[in-house]
Amino acid sequence: MPKVAVIKFPGTNADLDVVWVLRNVSGLEARSIWYADFNVKGWDAVVIPGGFSYGDWLRAGAIAARSDVISELIKALDNGTPILGICNGFQILTEAGLLPGALLPNESCRFICRWVKVVFTNPRGPWLKLASDGLIVDMPIAHGEGRYYVESTSYQEKISKLPTIKYYGYNPNGSLYDIAGIGSEDGLVVGLMPHPERASEPELTPRKLSCGGRVIWLSIAKSLKEGW
Amino acid sequence: MYVVEVVITNKRIARDPEGETIYKDLISKHGYDKVRGVISGKYLEIMVDSESPDDALNYVRDLCRKLRLYNPSVHDVRVRLNAQGCSD
Repeated sequence: MPKVAVIKFPGTNADLDVVWVLRNVSGLEARSIWYADFNVKGWDAVVIPGGFSYGDWLRAGAIAARSDVISELIKALDNGTPILGICNGFQILTEAGLLPGALLPNESCRFICRWVKVVFTNPRGPWLKLASDGLIVDMPIAHGEGRYYVESTSYQEKISKLPTIKYYGYNPNGSLYDIAGIGSEDGLVVGLMPHPERASEPELTPRKLSCGGRVIWLSIAKSLKEGW
Repeated sequence: MYVVEVVITNKRIARDPEGETIYKDLISKHGYDKVRGVISGKYLEIMVDSESPDDALNYVRDLCRKLRLYNPSVHDVRVRLNAQGCSD
């Protein structure tokens, strides 16, 4: 059975939630791995979960992004291993330069914790295989530094063509172009601020909202078993 | 030993909600109408063993860039010697 590594930095707090959904929603093998013990060999996919790595000091994700995990992740990418960053994991991937743009403190200067609607555009790659273009789902956000920023020229030339997950109807944090998440060109690397692992089971999803994270966990399960 | 100060602020294009709020909702609101703006940022003092002030500055500039103490796409950085210096 395909195996997924969930990396835990000091301050990461969502690793066990992600392990839970990888096992129970995706039906994959998953383990939380301490960052210093992480070695890319033997893993079929990697998730960097949410939390507050290194207490968000300097900037959210900035210190973890200079750790040895990143050189392991670059090796993983060379082997075509899918990588997903959620919330703090997304911040780490942008800080490490594995995804474009930057995540700045929210426009309101406050930590925001609420459910939002997001829409998938140009979905492709292992994490978004089952998402259709224009699919709208519900997921919760919980972050203080989620305001996506990218220069307008690089948006027009490059980013508008990438797989993106955008806030739909309401932009909670002032992100440019309503960007809540973004993927690499081939979709092998995806990062997003909303928490798909908290929106994957009806027990955790408020009435009338959709289990919006399931599409990501079902996609990776299918992709790892059948290709993408 | 030298004390090198690093000041990291947002580029204007990346906005600065904290500075804007301090200006608008605190300073202006209390009638300090000579104040024209506030920029917030992060301040670090880095203690460096070095032969000369220039060496210390260049050393810190280099580490700021390589370890990404600031994010060049959204931040401006000022690296300067602490006026007090420091020579133990």
